[in-house]
Amino acid sequence: MSSVTVLQGAGFDGAIEIRDAGLLGMITLRGDLASPTLNAAVKTATGTAPPEMGQIVHADAQSCAWMSPDELMIFAPYAQADEITAQITGDLADHHALAVNVSDARAVFDLSGNAIRDVLSKGTPVDLSPDALGLNVVRRTRLGQVAVAFWFTSETTARLVCFRSVGAYMLTWLSTAADPAAQVDYH
Amino acid sequence: MLHLTCPNCGQMVDETDLHAGGQAHITRHGAGASDADFEDYLFMRKNPKGVHFERWRHVYGCGKWFHAARCTTTLQVFGTYSAQTLTPPKPLITKIKKLRPEWEGFEK
Amino acid sequence: MSTRLPQGGRLIDRKSALEFNWNGTRLMGYAGDTLASALLANNQTLIGRSFKYHRPRGILASGPEEPNALVGLGQGASFEPNQRTTTTELFTDLSATSQNAWPSVHFDIMGFNRILSRVFPAGFYYKTFLFPRFAWKHLFEPVIRRAAGLGAAPKTPDADRYEYFYATVDMLIIGGGIAGLAAALRAGRAGARVLLLEQTAHWGGRAPVDGAEINGAAAQDWINTTLAELDGMPNVTLKNRTMGAGVYDHGWATGYERLTDHAPKAAGPRHRLWRIRAKRIISATGAVERPLSFAGNDIPGVMLASAVRDYLINYATSCGDRLVLATNNDDGYRTALAQHAAGLTVAAVIDARASAAGDLPQQVRALGIPVHTGRAIAAAKGNKYLKAVTICAQAGEGAVLETIPCDVLAMSGGWSPIVHLWSHCGGKLHWDATQAMFRPDPMRPPLGADGTGFVHVAGSANGHLDAASVLKDGFDIGTLATKEAGFKAGPALKDMATSTPEHPIEPIWQMPQGMGPKKQMKTFLDYQNDVKVSDVRLAAREGYESVEHTKRYTTLGMATDQGKLSNINGLAILADSLNAEIPDVGTTTFRPPYHPISMGSIAGDARGELFKPVRQSPIHNWIADNGGFFEPVADWRRPYCYQRTDESVSEAVTREILNTRKNIGLLDASTLGKIIVKGPDAGRFMDMMYTNMMSTLKVGKCRYGLMCTENGFLSDDGVVARLDSDTFLCHTTSGGSDRIHAWMEEWLQTEWWDWQVYTANVTEQYAQIAVVGPKARHLLEKLGGMDVSGENLPFMGFLDGEIGGIKARAFRISFSGELSYEIAVPASDGQAFWDMCIEAGAEFGLQPYGTECLHVMRAEKGFIMIGDETDGTVIPQDLGLSWAISKKKEDFLGKRAQLRPHMQDPDRWRLVGLRPVNDGEIIPDGAYAVDGTIRENGVKNMIGRVTSTYYSPTLGHGIAMGLVQNGPERMGEQIDFPTLDGKMIRATICDPVFYDPEGALQNV
Repeated sequence: MSSVTVLQGAGFDGAIEIRDAGLLGMITLRGDLASPTLNAAVKTATGTAPPEMGQIVHADAQSCAWMSPDELMIFAPYAQADEITAQITGDLADHHALAVNVSDARAVFDLSGNAIRDVLSKGTPVDLSPDALGLNVVRRTRLGQVAVAFWFTSETTARLVCFRSVGAYMLTWLSTAADPAAQVDYH
Repeated sequence: MLHLTCPNCGQMVDETDLHAGGQAHITRHGAGASDADFEDYLFMRKNPKGVHFERWRHVYGCGKWFHAARCTTTLQVFGTYSAQTLTPPKPLITKIKKLRPEWEGFEK
Repeated sequence: MSTRLPQGGRLIDRKSALEFNWNGTRLMGYAGDTLASALLANNQTLIGRSFKYHRPRGILASGPEEPNALVGLGQGASFEPNQRTTTTELFTDLSATSQNAWPSVHFDIMGFNRILSRVFPAGFYYKTFLFPRFAWKHLFEPVIRRAAGLGAAPKTPDADRYEYFYATVDMLIIGGGIAGLAAALRAGRAGARVLLLEQTAHWGGRAPVDGAEINGAAAQDWINTTLAELDGMPNVTLKNRTMGAGVYDHGWATGYERLTDHAPKAAGPRHRLWRIRAKRIISATGAVERPLSFAGNDIPGVMLASAVRDYLINYATSCGDRLVLATNNDDGYRTALAQHAAGLTVAAVIDARASAAGDLPQQVRALGIPVHTGRAIAAAKGNKYLKAVTICAQAGEGAVLETIPCDVLAMSGGWSPIVHLWSHCGGKLHWDATQAMFRPDPMRPPLGADGTGFVHVAGSANGHLDAASVLKDGFDIGTLATKEAGFKAGPALKDMATSTPEHPIEPIWQMPQGMGPKKQMKTFLDYQNDVKVSDVRLAAREGYESVEHTKRYTTLGMATDQGKLSNINGLAILADSLNAEIPDVGTTTFRPPYHPISMGSIAGDARGELFKPVRQSPIHNWIADNGGFFEPVADWRRPYCYQRTDESVSEAVTREILNTRKNIGLLDASTLGKIIVKGPDAGRFMDMMYTNMMSTLKVGKCRYGLMCTENGFLSDDGVVARLDSDTFLCHTTSGGSDRIHAWMEEWLQTEWWDWQVYTANVTEQYAQIAVVGPKARHLLEKLGGMDVSGENLPFMGFLDGEIGGIKARAFRISFSGELSYEIAVPASDGQAFWDMCIEAGAEFGLQPYGTECLHVMRAEKGFIMIGDETDGTVIPQDLGLSWAISKKKEDFLGKRAQLRPHMQDPDRWRLVGLRPVNDGEIIPDGAYAVDGTIRENGVKNMIGRVTSTYYSPTLGHGIAMGLVQNGPERMGEQIDFPTLDGKMIRATICDPVFYDPEGALQNV
């Protein structure tokens, strides 16, 4: 397999553990999220109905995240992305919708540890207290100086996505913020 | 630093996650427009001391545009609302009139 | 003599002695000392020289309001000037040096300025250095620059690192004295998320120093209990060594945490800038004591009464054996009591009031200390050290009644609430004549997003000066803010504080009341900027009535202490000079930060590698490893060329051009923007976005398109491919991908929201690699998988499929004039595809090429480049691109603007080629063409300018493009371009397509 992520497995262990999530299938789907046909197409693709506003839902190897009022992102195994894109495009052939494989356009980080909320709070103005940002709430915002999306899958695990071109920046930023000598112990 | 609610994704958003888009509810005048209309459209902007309607894009978030009604002197936010409208919603106008009795009302 | 006392010191740890360096001398202090207390303990009372007159100065205060005792701290990459001794915690091997003094603080050459102080009045520079004009630059400025300046700038980059921390809270409480603690207790018990900041290392503020009692016991007991309770609350965060720096709109505030200043060898960031969003902010920042204005009030040994007390009680440090207290209020007497309690002498109390009958003065009298009422300090005597004070009647002009020898003069002019944080975002003040202070006007608070006040002030900052009211106010304000933040306040707290009752203050703005000009010139208001009573009075005489103007004219309050001690005294003098009331003169504007914060904390982590995100293409690492000479292209880094070890940059560029035109060149074009536009209305939308007719583009074909702003100016260009009947793929410039995607979304969301179109920015999904040159097809055929013949994939066509086993889309487009394919592969496969090309292309002479080669080749072909040929004032018609502007379309963005008379003017500068008459010459970039005439305003008449200019190795001569008046109508004419070194380059106007004008090479 010649395909590589931008991080190529690089990570960091500090106040939290930072890992390259590896190759992931990602499909941007734009359309009328209220449409039953679109919902059915998503269900076929992921095994679950699309999430509520601001959420991510998981089913087996697939997940589906709410990105904006007319946009979802579907996560699936890398090798299946083209197939799923084609399936959704086919299912929605008579509808105004856009499904596009963007699996290679992003860097995806898996974060784990007790201090994730503290580490992220060094770079985003978002209220990261557990009350304000619960599990599986997708927050799109700025981290450091770049656009990101992240969500917590448990109190000690989170996934963070940014554009591929700034993957190296993001790894450096996260590693700096996760300096064990710079723990804030706030959240 | 301003703190606005994006009506498209429901999040409270810091100004640094937003992109300011200037005055709202401007009518586009394209090909065939008179000189006066075109000048109005392209160059003429309000600069009110008080109630103002403006455009914002939630650029680091959902990517969507929305409108905000705001006081330019106290920075009080009267409300945010959809970008897909030609005029501010009536309840918002009523609310602003109550808060700012001296306001002359919405004018395009 | 200042010295360490044998007992006491609530903040020092005598078991932990520390050594430090002061001006090269090894001294000893204790853990818990500030640098100021440690210096005083070592009898170091002369700390530095003043900014303007180089007067000897010592320690005046004990907190951030200190104007004098600023030092250079640290060495090398850790050196920082202007650090306050009073806020610097002592640590082992701390190294500090005096400022504004050379060769030493004891013998300072510039001290002669003192003698000249008569000729340096307010506005001196404005008045003196006007004429002759040349003299400023060559004579005055160099001399002044050498003499002036506050401290020395560090010479090496800062070795420390810094970071931000964002926090969202219900309540931010600034100030960890008893008022702040009380408010935190109220809000914390109610369940609110509370962040409590204290600028020093210690909690409790002044209450323990001033002997307050709470619930019948020492205040410290209540402070300890309260801290323990707050510490146990999960919803409360306590941060000491963290200063509330600024309050901004909509509940935004900054906190400045000093993590390692007291332990510089510790790992981690030095400072952390807290960026806080709070529903409510309580400023419990206390009050600051005012100096008294008398002649010689800046001599080392003259100190604030509260500071003398702080040094005695907190650090067991005597500021002098023999103290005179000058005061206009009862509180100052606490210092006399503390001095006496330490076994030291109080020579006299000079109270400017007619009588002093309060409990505290009576206690002082009972100790046998002489109290002189109605008296003033006529002058403090001494030079580098205070030796004595002369006493006069406050009422007169200063006839000396008595001389009292002393080595410390404690002065108390009353207290000013620290209202900065209240005022930063618009909170207004009112003048409390009884207490002689500006205090927050709760009816005019700073307003938040919901239109209600979001800042409250509690305790001394709110004008309450006795411990009982301070604690009560803390609870009351805490309750109010808790409710406003949406919480139930719970049962009231019954803790009560007691302190000795005080009689009223009598405002004293100068001592004696009738001081003459001579005394005024020795009476300092702003110690740091050397502004005296005489300067403010002069400004008033010269017509400066506004306090803001007076501030700037005299520099009163403009130093790094921002006038914490001087502003009220200064504006009282101004009010007196103008015969106005103090509230009518008003205060100057309070601006953040409250106290200087490090530049590093403002930059946060954005330094070095993290200064700015650099976008990297999927081939970035290979490029870096293979001689890539990077240049910034928007936020990307692209290789200007691939430099081999034995060649220069320009040799590399020439090699790449010649090789690409002869063999194959490989270009990483991944940075080009790629945007999908899809929907039933996509064609209609594309026709609005582009000047061309895009809706007629056939599926499988490409078309070069232009985009304009509504002002008609060219903003971006690129090749559009039609993927299917309702899907387009738009290529943008490298810098344009985000901008153009946002531009499209703006129109779709805010203007044509009823049109059925979706866009997606897929720029980073693909690595796009251009295979360019006469042998390009050989390479792709060798890699195999796709029929890239001219018949199957003609010029301006594209194909989807596989090349070399990798999923690919091949575009037959050319920006070089050569046979050229741009291959888009998934970004994750980009490096693999690139490697494959490099390896398979070796036999065809393949070499990678960079952006400069790309630029030269496109210029040889006369292709424009956004940002070179365009600058935001150029319309497509200027560039000979009328062919790309549809005449059939009813409308497109920019169409109406391009119909304006100025846009239609035949005299507009338009694009032509320019060939230097001498083959060896290259016209400098940006050069202007002149026609030899002179305009009315005396400048040479310009008739055009160069937009791109290169040496063409293909053609063996210089080539250029430029915009020239009536250019296309002047083919063959010669025009002149003056160069900066006075020469003239002559060029012939020609067609901008220098190479293969028929396009035969690209269309094979």
